[in-house]
Amino acid sequence: MRRHVSLYGLTFSLPLLIWQLLFFVFPLAFLVALSFWTVKNFAMRPDFDTINWVTMFSRKVFWQAYGTTFALAAAAATLTSVLAFPCSYAIAFKLSDTARRWLVFLMVIPFFTSYLVRVYSWQIFLSDAGIINVMLGQIGLGPYSMLNSIGATMIGYLTLSFPLVVLLQLFSLVFIDRTLIEAAHNMRCGRLRTVFAVVIPSGRVGLVIAALFCFILSFGDFVSPIYLGGGDPTTLSILITDTTKSGQQWPRAAVIALTMIATLMVVAFAAVKFAYKGRTK
Amino acid sequence: MSDTGAQDINRSKPVDWALKAYIFAAYAFVFAPIAASFVFSFNSDRFPSIPLGHFSLEWYQAVASDPLVWEGLRNTLFVGVIAGVVSTLLGFGAAYTDYRYKFFGKQIYLALALLPPTIPVIILGLAMLAYLSRINLSGNALSVIISHVVVCAPFAMAIIRLRLSQMDPALEPAAWNLAEWKTMRHVIVPFTKPAIFGALFITMAVSFDEFAVAWFVSGLNETLPVKVLGFLQGQVSPRINAIGTFVFVTSMTLVILAQVLLSGRDATARPDADE
Repeated sequence: MRRHVSLYGLTFSLPLLIWQLLFFVFPLAFLVALSFWTVKNFAMRPDFDTINWVTMFSRKVFWQAYGTTFALAAAAATLTSVLAFPCSYAIAFKLSDTARRWLVFLMVIPFFTSYLVRVYSWQIFLSDAGIINVMLGQIGLGPYSMLNSIGATMIGYLTLSFPLVVLLQLFSLVFIDRTLIEAAHNMRCGRLRTVFAVVIPSGRVGLVIAALFCFILSFGDFVSPIYLGGGDPTTLSILITDTTKSGQQWPRAAVIALTMIATLMVVAFAAVKFAYKGRTK
Repeated sequence: MSDTGAQDINRSKPVDWALKAYIFAAYAFVFAPIAASFVFSFNSDRFPSIPLGHFSLEWYQAVASDPLVWEGLRNTLFVGVIAGVVSTLLGFGAAYTDYRYKFFGKQIYLALALLPPTIPVIILGLAMLAYLSRINLSGNALSVIISHVVVCAPFAMAIIRLRLSQMDPALEPAAWNLAEWKTMRHVIVPFTKPAIFGALFITMAVSFDEFAVAWFVSGLNETLPVKVLGFLQGQVSPRINAIGTFVFVTSMTLVILAQVLLSGRDATARPDADE
């Protein structure tokens, strides 16, 4: 480790710093400024007016969308975590090293498939004449209308974050000290009780971080609520795309985006605090 | 079973089998849409469902004869290759900085380097659109490249940083009697080479699949994923499956190449300099 500033060191450190300042920090900062601009005759004008904030925050639609989005994302984080846990647990503790490596490799594959294509594929499964209804029809059930529902949106959120949540959970579970589990076992601690009293508390940081990522991804996703949920109820992400794509109301879209960022920061802070609670010895 | 990891835990055959069945179900859920997209891309029916129609390449033909798709593909490749190269260069610099230097504000530096993927793409897209159109850079391939580098560079940095941490800590100081640039060329770069190419392929794959930010900033220069979004909005068409399968095969080829590079050569660095 060297301390002095040299041309050599700067050659490697500066490019990324400059790039992320110019094209990551500045755009987000500009979003803040933009939220105070005004729109007159379909043209945006630099200004310092709180009108956009006042307008958006006094709209019932906005708060409804906010509530919907928050509830959906929280539900997705809970559901995904609960559904992923037995899977991660089994991969971490019930399989050989080779099998585990293969399953991890398989779980990485979805990251390199198009999320859009997977969502379209779910339409094929869930539509009225889709695969599931045809199969149900053969045993004399249905057809059920499954598309354009909250359930379908949830399937989309699961598609988006299930692989990530499994990998993050797995990562925290494989590093649990196995002697702890052995100790619990030696003291006649039952299987389920071991899971709740030893495994989950030991892996808490990873489990909470996994749920947090699922929350962040679902909170910002606009594909599932539109193409599986049918756009109803409206979420904040749908509101942003509508506001941005139809006309010049970018300042209002900026207000929505900033509210989302603020919410995510609060949630992330709370989650991290909860994850590390009582950890400092 | 020859589970080495399960010996210490309470054992019950039925529960173990139930858990394994659960793993299978979970993977079935994850791979069902991917497999269905693959199967239906070769299926003749206009409205895909079961029972399957006959084998057909008509959707591939429809895609291949659509000039808009070719244009999208060209844009995707153009953007992906440049964004991949730039992200990898920037990521390498940041990874090396983190590995080698301690300085005031390093936490902030690392936060800047790693944070972008945690910002929802829709917000990033809006911010990019507003900012880039303000400085007259929006609505072209360059704006997509700029945005994709922001998103991809952290991945490149993480991959290369991981490789650097595997380097023998004595290696670089041992070469300090060489000029710094020579150390870089003869020690660091050869050692991280697999990770550099790995990062290059991974970032290209990320760029190939990214649709949200690209949708906001691309204007008329739409990339292929943005076209897919358009198909999704318009008439439902199995063409999406054909494109999806094509993109999947391309991405997986890149990922497997990266994987081979990252795990294949785990030899220590070969310092060309006489050390």
